[in-house]
Amino acid sequence: MSALETFLNTDSKSMESILDVKQLTMDFGGLRALDHLDLTVARDEIVALIGPNGAGKTTFFNCITGIYNPTGGDVLISPPGKMSGQRINGIKPNHVTERGMARTFQNIRLFQNMTVLENVMIGRHCRCKSGIAGAIFRPPSTRREEKQIVEDSYEVLEKIGLTQFVNELAKNLPYGAQRRLEIARALATDPFLLLLDEPAAGMNPQETLELDELIVRIRDQEKVSILLIEHDMKLVMSLSDRIYVMDYGKRIAEGTPEEIKNNPVVIKAYLGEDIDA
Amino acid sequence: MIQEFKKIWKPYTIGMLWLLGLLWPLLGIHPDGTLSFAKTFTVWLYIFAGTAICLALYLMNKSGSLGVISSPLDGVRQNLGRTTSKVPAWVWIVVLLVFALAYPQFTNRYAQDVATNVLIYICLGLGLNIVIGLAGMLDLGYIAFYGVGAYTYALLNLHYGMSFWVCLPFAAFLAMIAGCIIGYPTLRMRGDYLAIVTLGFGEIIRLILENWNEFSFGPSGIANIPRPGFFGVDMSLEAATVYIYFLMIGLVIFTVFVVNRLQNSRIGRAWIALREDEIACQAMGIDKTRTKLTAFALGATWAGMVGVIFAAKTTFINPASFTFLESAIILSIVVLGGMGSIIGVIIGAFILILLPEYLRAFSDFRMLMFGAIMVIMMVFRPGGLIQMPRRTYKFKSESPGDTSHQVATEGGQADFARS
Repeated sequence: MSALETFLNTDSKSMESILDVKQLTMDFGGLRALDHLDLTVARDEIVALIGPNGAGKTTFFNCITGIYNPTGGDVLISPPGKMSGQRINGIKPNHVTERGMARTFQNIRLFQNMTVLENVMIGRHCRCKSGIAGAIFRPPSTRREEKQIVEDSYEVLEKIGLTQFVNELAKNLPYGAQRRLEIARALATDPFLLLLDEPAAGMNPQETLELDELIVRIRDQEKVSILLIEHDMKLVMSLSDRIYVMDYGKRIAEGTPEEIKNNPVVIKAYLGEDIDA
Repeated sequence: MIQEFKKIWKPYTIGMLWLLGLLWPLLGIHPDGTLSFAKTFTVWLYIFAGTAICLALYLMNKSGSLGVISSPLDGVRQNLGRTTSKVPAWVWIVVLLVFALAYPQFTNRYAQDVATNVLIYICLGLGLNIVIGLAGMLDLGYIAFYGVGAYTYALLNLHYGMSFWVCLPFAAFLAMIAGCIIGYPTLRMRGDYLAIVTLGFGEIIRLILENWNEFSFGPSGIANIPRPGFFGVDMSLEAATVYIYFLMIGLVIFTVFVVNRLQNSRIGRAWIALREDEIACQAMGIDKTRTKLTAFALGATWAGMVGVIFAAKTTFINPASFTFLESAIILSIVVLGGMGSIIGVIIGAFILILLPEYLRAFSDFRMLMFGAIMVIMMVFRPGGLIQMPRRTYKFKSESPGDTSHQVATEGGQADFARS
């Protein structure tokens, strides 16, 4: 792909951005973890957020998913087919998920003592509505809904390739499968944007390769855009359409993998010789 | 060999000597100031001999020298397991039900009373199980809702002459409101902090009942609470005892039914997920506040209903029935039985309520043995008697290309076919 093509591509996509973060700032007491950060994700795009340890990447995720309430700035989302420019900072994490942004965690946070299928079924929770009375009396509507939940969840597991573990407890899964289950669970919430926090952490090269393929497949088949934090440079460079680089809470660079590779500021701050090695 | 021998017997000997040191002040020092040793030694020797035999048997079994005896036993156990698993679950339920219904026919009033007590604690245990076992919120003030239910009936009956059957839903509703009131401010807390706060709330309710004389008649309590009516039929004491027993059977069946349905529902799954990981749960779109509050309120509702039956059964209530010790016993039932497991909680209630009754023979050491059994249980089965099994789903994938799947649930309640 030539530089011009990439440029045009990026430009046409940025026309319909689905996540728009403007001047996001987060202070913890006197410590400024995020400093006027700008970031956009366009439809059907895979965007990576990289930076040295402690740069504030996970804090950024926590701010845009409602776990933290940012001190300043705006987080705007424009779900495809719905009202654009919804401001979501300060709303609860479950409402963020309801509006279509689902995330995974850096250190796996599965529901350990539930089965694989049940983990995914939890993801369907916010798209269903039967309550206590429904649970006790089980009217046809609840039965239908339950059935739908099971079917949808199984379908997600099929896509991610975890059907062989369907009734296994989540804690008994091999590490790589646990990481993929987290993605499956997030995908079950029907998101338009998937936020992956170091999905390849702790994976071996083979698993990383499969993950690469899986993420591209999710983007292409499910039409879900992806924003990921990752330290595995090989994965980031091969996967992402655009890359943002952070250091000390500030955005220090933005661009295509090629641009980032050759950006002296980035090399100085973070990559060093690593990228050519 | 000798090393291994030492590794096992050394701590055992030290433990036994420590027990001796513990037993002597309990048994050897008399209130009148005299000291004795004989009784301590006899009791200690019995325990020593008993545990030594158990340990020896355990070691022999481990090394395989008991194979002659244990291998036929294993065969028997396997056969038994095979035949029992062949019998469908409903047969067991019917057998249990028939036994429960026939029970008053061949027992006296004392036995019926104890059985009703067990049933009351089963209901309380199952109610608390929703809060602790499913939603994972350690609630140490659960008995307060039981008190709310009991006092609602007693006071409404006293002042307005409202009958048992009117008060039952009313008390359940009030307990639910109380659950929401107490639950709401505690939602931000979890674990130890939640436990302390609920403990405090429980005590507050008890202290109000104890000190607000105009409202609750203080420590002297409320007497002459009528037993539940049965279409205006006058009942003797015996008949009323049996009647309340049957009422409790009905309530237990209802509770088991509801809890069973809840735990495999959308709400139940959300509770379990909340117990497992609160942050991930919210990030997956579950409303933490609402889910927690539902669990708290529902647990309280059950305590309120059982409270009404308790007041009607004893016909007299005072705040002494709603102390922290009661909360602790219900908590023990849930923990001992296995958090989240219905059968576990039922067995736990049987053990913890019947044990003190049957240990009356050893009146002096009753609580000591009770404590010992709890400690042993927690050492050997920290997860409780019966761990909650997760529901499994069967998917039969057809030949590749065929996209339809048959989905069958474990209990065979539903066959899903994907179109």
